[in-house]
Formats: sequence, structure tokens, C-alpha cells
Amino acid sequence: MAKYYVGSITKSDRIEKLKEDLFANMPVIEADRAILLTESYKQTEHEPIIMRRAKAFAHILKNIPITIRDNELIVGSSTKAPRGCQVFPEFSFEWLEAEFDTIATRSADPFYIADETKAQLHEVYTYWKGKTTSELAASYMAPEALKAIDHNIFTVGNYFYNGVGHVTVQYDKVLAIGYEGIIQEAKEELAKCHVYDEDYITKSQLLNAIILSCEAVIEYAERYARLALSLADECQDINRKKELLYIAQNCVNVPRKGATSFYEACQSFWFVQMLLQVESSGHSISPGRFDQYMYPYFKKDMEEGNITRELAQELMDCIWVKLNDLNKARDAASAEGFAGYSLFQNLIAGGQDADGNDATNDLSFMCIEASMHVMLPQPSLSVRVWNKTPHEFLIKAAELTRTGIGLPAYYNDEVIIPSLTNRGLTLADARDYNIIGCVEPQKAGKTEGWHDAAFFNMCRPLELTFSSGMDKGVLVGVQTKDVTQMTTFEEFYDAYKTQMNYLIGLLVNADNAIDVAHAKRCPLPFLSCMVDDCIKRGKTVQEGGAIYNFTGPQGFGIANVADSLYAIKKLVFEDKKVTMTEFKKALEENYGQPEGRVEELTKAVLEDLMAQGAKITEEDIAKICAVTLEEVKNNPNKKRYEELLDRIDELPKFGNDIEEVDLFARDVAYTYTRPLETFKNPRGGQFQAGLYPVSANVPLGKQTGATPDGRLKGKPVADGVSPTAGKDVNGPTATANSVSKLDHYIASNGTLFNQKFHPSALKGREGLEKFVALIRTYFEQKGSHVQFNVVNRETLLDAQQNPENYKNLVVRVAGYSALFTTLSRSLQDDIINRTEQGF
Amino acid sequence: MESLKVKGRIFDIQRYSVHDGPGIRTVVFLKGCFLRCKWCCNPESQNFNSEVMKVAGKDKVIGRDVTVEEVLEAVLRDRSYYFKSGGGVTLSGGEVLFQPDFTVALLKTFKENGLHTAIESSSFAKFETIERLLPYLDLYLMDIKHMDSAKHKAYTSQPNERILENAKHIAASGTSLIIRVPVIPGFNDTEEEIKAIASFTESLGTVEEIHLLPYHRLGQDKYEGLGRGYDLMGIEPLKEEDMEKLKQVVVRNTRLKCQIGG
Repeated sequence: MAKYYVGSITKSDRIEKLKEDLFANMPVIEADRAILLTESYKQTEHEPIIMRRAKAFAHILKNIPITIRDNELIVGSSTKAPRGCQVFPEFSFEWLEAEFDTIATRSADPFYIADETKAQLHEVYTYWKGKTTSELAASYMAPEALKAIDHNIFTVGNYFYNGVGHVTVQYDKVLAIGYEGIIQEAKEELAKCHVYDEDYITKSQLLNAIILSCEAVIEYAERYARLALSLADECQDINRKKELLYIAQNCVNVPRKGATSFYEACQSFWFVQMLLQVESSGHSISPGRFDQYMYPYFKKDMEEGNITRELAQELMDCIWVKLNDLNKARDAASAEGFAGYSLFQNLIAGGQDADGNDATNDLSFMCIEASMHVMLPQPSLSVRVWNKTPHEFLIKAAELTRTGIGLPAYYNDEVIIPSLTNRGLTLADARDYNIIGCVEPQKAGKTEGWHDAAFFNMCRPLELTFSSGMDKGVLVGVQTKDVTQMTTFEEFYDAYKTQMNYLIGLLVNADNAIDVAHAKRCPLPFLSCMVDDCIKRGKTVQEGGAIYNFTGPQGFGIANVADSLYAIKKLVFEDKKVTMTEFKKALEENYGQPEGRVEELTKAVLEDLMAQGAKITEEDIAKICAVTLEEVKNNPNKKRYEELLDRIDELPKFGNDIEEVDLFARDVAYTYTRPLETFKNPRGGQFQAGLYPVSANVPLGKQTGATPDGRLKGKPVADGVSPTAGKDVNGPTATANSVSKLDHYIASNGTLFNQKFHPSALKGREGLEKFVALIRTYFEQKGSHVQFNVVNRETLLDAQQNPENYKNLVVRVAGYSALFTTLSRSLQDDIINRTEQGF
Repeated sequence: MESLKVKGRIFDIQRYSVHDGPGIRTVVFLKGCFLRCKWCCNPESQNFNSEVMKVAGKDKVIGRDVTVEEVLEAVLRDRSYYFKSGGGVTLSGGEVLFQPDFTVALLKTFKENGLHTAIESSSFAKFETIERLLPYLDLYLMDIKHMDSAKHKAYTSQPNERILENAKHIAASGTSLIIRVPVIPGFNDTEEEIKAIASFTESLGTVEEIHLLPYHRLGQDKYEGLGRGYDLMGIEPLKEEDMEKLKQVVVRNTRLKCQIGG
């Protein structure tokens, strides 16, 4: 018998029906969770926070409306409406109230919100004023850090407004012993505690909170059992009736007890996955190594003849659909940064086990098959690749890539494992890594990684270098020397590093403030019972209960900064083709480009006049406008700027396999990664850099002025470790060679490399073979991650014009897949403009 | 090493080519050609002299004199991709036989570096010239455009007798040979024309494979950029099903392995 079943497996008709129902309507915001949470909080005013959290969780699970959707085999929904979302006022609420009237019509991720819901939420919000994690975090932050945020140096919006998420829990533990087992564990630990222990108070409280939370989950599943029974009673269709009775039995057994079959394991998995997202509002709650922890149940059922491969596949397909049923509303700015309704639930297949053997199994193949059947953005499917990865597994993964869905993402064990041991993980734990969210590696069930802690825009400190720390008339950075007085490139580069070091320190302050705020106001007992060593330490993950603790804010714009510094070095200091004064002015005037310049100048003149106390009429404004328009049009430097842009254009750029610039980029990345790793977080862990932007490179590019690499003001900055869009012109191997020259080990919070292929490059078995060879070679050169868009430009342009014809078009957007038509126009443009490889 | 210093003229080096021989390859495009095919998608390759072409509104000089050593340096950058994928380097053009000394020096150097070598050629040259490269060549990709010499001349500027004669010699030499047919609407896209080429190919005895390359018009902008007219303006590429029909003609009438595209 072959080691793996590599063939395709029939897709059940059920899957398309489930999908149709899921996407029938615009997602809805529901108020039930917020109302129940607030009810409970009002009744527990003077209790310890950990018990308040557990009681609120229990109150929600006892009373929140439950539903079993048509055709479902795996049940459990956090909202009545498909793809609906609940609200989490304990983290923040002001933004949602401010957006009540616009959230249904905004371009990125709109949600419908009924008037009744608005009224209910408005009522709830009166309670939360002054009680949220975001308000507490803001009060903790240093004034300089707040100023840096105001001036768009970095944004910590993700955890500032929301829960943290970004975790993989011990699914295997729940599957094995159920919540009864965990309750037992907590009780045994409690029995060991003495009232006189120094940690008795906090530890006993946490253990009681865990017991309460787990009991609530068991009762919640029982509500589903009862609902399934009553639906079965009314059901005329004999087949569906049987299914409902099966569902009822499952929900009685799990997650109360350990799973005894693959079907039970699937249902138990789902309750864990969904309820983590009811307790807290975090995203990137990642299923991790599904093919590993589910395999024993699959294997046993197959061996005993209890299940067919087709039914097992159908159950997995159902889970894949359900992962798209969960949803989350973010504030308008964040929605652009995380566009595509994505929850980043990363599920990974393949790789090696803790002992270093290849762990690819039948379920690894079936994970890929499920994504082929379901063709939706969730889960964010990843595959682990190492030297002993079976060739057929990569061919199967390449077949999925060829569909153009943007999945899977490929990860290199040979880089990630040593990068994790370098951060203090044991070798066994490092070998067992999975990916959180976009690209962030960690060990499941032992880590609080705070993986998506901020976006740090590396282009902004470069702007501050030119302005000696000033931004819009305020000192934001360090007062470094006037650039026009500098005589060597080293002097300039040092000034940039000075700005970086200072601002990275402020970033750490902001992240740590939020970290403490979460521990104080929103510790999570349910999550913590599935992460080691919270029970033994008597601490939640928010308080440092996890074995491994990190904070991982990501930097982006490396390609821009590298190309910019190279341009300055070459043009100003080496070839002396341009003076620094000229360069500085060119940047201030956006290389003489008129966009936005007229408004800017007019505004400046008006402000001057008003400051002098002048009265201004509409006529005056029109006159000033006309003058500035003329001035911009006749900018005496226009020709000179065009020459400058041409000169910059002729310089070698990162991403083309040119040693000199590529090694420059490697060094530039260190200006972020090295200072950052010297800092600690309040949970006792270390900061570690990621180099990936999600989709924030577009909105944050809007806040960035012109850069010396010829990038105009407001244009997107480069994405992840990928070269600047359109600047990599030597093909995918050259780009891959360049990117692999960066130090991927130190960026242990993950790096992201996007490549886009025309489908013709993957034609036939031969195309797949060549594609796999490309991945293997890139990984041999120690790249850490790569993902692919396989679509043609025409398809994307047409999708932009006729979104109604492309409702199902999935593309990968920096680290995850999203429905193309739900992305904002500017992000769509960015995807289209990425160099299309391999015609 | 003598070969490394040999100079020649190229106009492009394209990496990650997956349609010009097995595996992942780098293609080196040599400048200068004996033929003037009306459909040529690289019109900037035809003149040996360097020339200026407008690309996206900007003047670009086409043609660069390089040594074998410089080409080798560029080609070796992707060596690990070739080894993983069973790929290598392909010389194309233009016409590689237009600069025989350079081509021989390149191929010899590639072989010394352990690379798999291929050329794409019309074979419009003396066989003695071709013979010089064969020892360093792993795969010969040879174009046969038409069996009718008059029509061949009308569309490519040269008759086909020498080409067909060379095909026999190359086949007899034992060098691995694949015949490629650019399928051009209105020129050679009838079943009879394709059948004739396929039968000839089969008659060579040692050839096992034939590729039908569908016409595309991606080179059209370049004619404008060079200030030249494009004779095939308005010609539509063949539909996929029509290409498939032609493939079936080959499969029905010969024992050759046939694929559409490279």
C-alpha cells in the first residue's frame, strides 16, 4: 500500500449549499454578547477581575441565542446570522459608535447594523465609558509614544482596540480528556494549594475561574444537543433527522469528554475554535497542526472501518466552511489594514514531528483537498516544507496554488526551527512549530506570542532624518544634524539609526502599556486553561502564564528604505550628481508632482494670513488657489526633478539579485530587528521583529511623504520583504535570490515574501514540477516563507470593473487570502501592479 | 581560459524561463538573424547592429557586447534552480548561428561548468558551422516553419532547402533534437501543412518530439518602438481548440510525441 493517499476525493454536494447560505447576505453586527456581558459585569462590580471574566463568559454562553444552520454536520455559531459578528465593548467601543452610520457603506469590510442593534449597543456603551482596555492602555503610555502614534510612525491599533488572539491552544488536550478532564486537572491543582501560599489568592481565583468557564462550555454544548434533538423531532426528512440525532449525541459527548471518533473530534475542535473567539475579540486564533492532532482519531476510525475517506473529507470540508462563518468588525482604518473580513485562522499541514521525523500523513493531503473543495479564504492554509517533505505533497500543494486562491503559504522548517531555538525554545518544541495569523511561528499551547503587536513604518524615521526629527512643526524624533551639513553617507546612515533607535523605544513603551492593560482588565481564564503552564503557575496568559512569551511588532518598507539609502549614498555622496539640499527640497515638493500640492500650498498661505489677523473672503481663496496652481505648474525645478527621478530609476534596486543593493537591504533590516530584540515585555518575554505588513502597506503608505527611492507621497510602501512593486524585473529566481539574502533568522516573528505568477507558468505536471523546484531552491537558500498569486492581470482588471461577476475570486493579500471584490480600490490596484511573473 | 574572453552581442538574458527546454532555465538572447520572419516576436533581435527601441515611451539601446565570462556569471546565478529542476541554459536569438564563435565558446564554457545546454535555432547555416557546436550541446530545439520553399521564402525571407538538409544531418549526428513549429494563422495553420512538417520530422528517424507553438502578438509593440511596420497586424491568435485539432493531426499521422507550447 502507498504511504499516502494522494488522489482526489469526491466533494459532497452539501458543501456548495453551505457556502451559498453563508454568502447570501451582507454580514450583520449582533448585540447579544455585548448586552449579556454588560448584564453580568453590572452584577459583579466588586469581585476580582478574573471571576468577573469567567462569570461573564458563563452568562453569555448560557443565554446567547444558538442556531443550527441547514445542512450543517458540525454545529456551533457565535451569531444568529451567517458571517455575523458580536461586539466586545470591554476592549473598545467608541470607534463603532462613531461609525454606526457609515460601517454599512464603507469600502473595506462593510457590516449591516440594524437600528435596534444600534440602540441596544448605545445603551450598553454608557456602562463602558472609562472601563475599557484601550482607555487604560492610553493612560499608561508615555506622552512621547502617544505623539509618535499621532504622527503615524507606528500604529498599535490592533491590540489597542481589540483582544489579542494570536494563539494556538492545546486542541490535542481537549480532544484527549475533554473539559471534564481539564476541570479535574484544575481541581487537583487547587487541592494542592494552601491558604497560606504566597500566590494562593490569585492562583485559587484563576483555578476557580477556569472550572467555571469549562462548566459553562459543557452546558453550552448541551444546549446544542437539546436544539438538535428538537429540530430532529420536527424534521420530516429522514436523512436530515438522522444527522441531527448524530449531532445531538456528539454535543452530549464532546467537548465534555475526550473524543472517541473522528466525527466527535471534529465537533470538539470546532467548539474550542469558536468559543475562544466568544471569550475574546482577538483574531488569528490559529488551529495550527490540525493534521497532527486529528490524525489518531482518523487513523483509528479508518482502521476499524467506522468511517470512509469521503465522509472524513466531508467533515473537514464542513469545518473549512465554518471557519468562514466567524467574523469580526474592525474600525475603518484597521479594516483597510486587515482587509477581506479575514480572521487569519492559520491551519498548517506537513513538516516534522518533535523527534525530527517527517510527519506528513493522509490528513495533510486532505487539508489541501479541503481547501480545493471549499475555495474560501479561511482557513489560512499553510504547508511546512523541509528536505524530507514528500514530493507528492508539494505537488498537491502546488495544484492548490495553481487554482489562484492564494493558498497555501509555504514555510521553511530549515530556517524557522533554528530561529525558534535561537529564541529559547527547546529543539522538540521548535520542531513542532505552527504558524499564527499571517506568518508568525510559535509552539502551540505553550506560547503567548503577541505576534501582531504593531506596524512600524520604517520610511517615517527616514523622513524624520531629513527634518531633524520634526514633523508638522513638532519634534517627534531626535534632533539630529541638519542633513545638508553632512559630509559622509555614514553620517546620514547614523542619523537614521538614531531616529530608529529612539522610535523603537517608544514602540516598546506603547506595546507594553497595552500588554499591562490587558492583564489588568481582560485576563482570559478559558483560553488560559489550554496553554501551559497557566494552571500550574496560577497565572493567565495575559499575566505571563505561558512558557514562552514574546512581543512581535512588524516593520515594513525595507525595500523602500534600502533603495532610498542606496540612492542617497550613490547620487549625493559618491557620484555627487545631486546635492543634499536639492534632494531634501525634491522630497518636500514631492518631486514637483502636482497632486495635493496646490491644496497644501494654499492652506499654508491662508494659515499665514489668518495668523496675521487678515479677514479672508471666498474670492481671496480663489485668487490664492489660482496663484498656487500657477506656481505648482511652473515649478522652476520641474525639469530638474524629472532628471532626478530618471537618475534614481537607473540605479540598481533591491530584488534583482544584485549583490551590492541586496546586502544593503540586509543591513537596513538590522536597523529594526537588532535594536528591537534587546527589549523585554511585562510577561517576562523578549521582543522579536517580524517583517511583514499584512495589507497595511497601502493605508500606511498614504501617511508617508515622498521617499528618496523615487516613491511619491502617499503611494504604498513595499510589502513585507518583497521588493518595491514593479521594481523586480529580473524574474522570480532573481527576486527570490535577493530576498533570501536578508537575515530571516533574526526576524523570528516571521517574514513575508509575495510572488505573483501567471497561470501559464504552472501548466501541466511539468509546470508543477518546475514550481516545486523553485520553492525548494528558494528554501535551500534559507528563505523563510513564500506565497503566490496565480492570476492574470486581465482577470483582476475585469474583476475591478465587474465585481458582481467575481464574488468568489480569492486572492492572496500579504499573508492571507481575501475575496478580491471586498478589498478597497487602492489595495486592488496594488495587487494588480505587482510584477506578474513567468509568462 | 581562452573561451571566457570571447566576445559577442546579446540583447537580453531572461531567467526563470520554463518553456524553452526542460526544467527552470536561463535564456540568453543573441543579436542578429539570417531570417526576417513576419511574425517574429523579437524584431529587435534581427539586426546585428545595436539599435534604439522605444520602450514605454523611453529610448532603450538594444544590443550589448559582452564576454563569455560575463554571460557565465549571470547564468550561474540560478545554478541551484537548474539542478533542482533538471534545467539549464538555452541560447536563443536572433540566431545563435549568426555568431558561431561566440556560441561555441558559450556552450563549451557552460559544459565545463556542468550545465545542461540547449539552443533554439532556425539552422539556416552551413552544416560545418553547426557541427562545431554539437559536441557541447545537450538539446537542439530546431524550428521548421514550412515544407514549401517558396512560401517559406515569402514569409521568412529565405528558402528552406538548407534548413531541411541540416535537420537530416543533425538528426543523424545523435544530438537530441526537438522540432518546433510556430503555428501562424494564414501561413502554416492548415492540417495539410502541419501534417507535412510532422511527416518530415518523423522521417528524420531519431526525432521523437514535436512542439506546436501558438502564434502570439506580444511582440507587436516592439515594431512600433523600432519605427517599423507589423505585417501581421489584425491577425488573431488561433483558438485553443484549433491548436488541439492540429495536435491531433500529428498524433493521428505519426508516432511523434506532440505538445502545444514549449
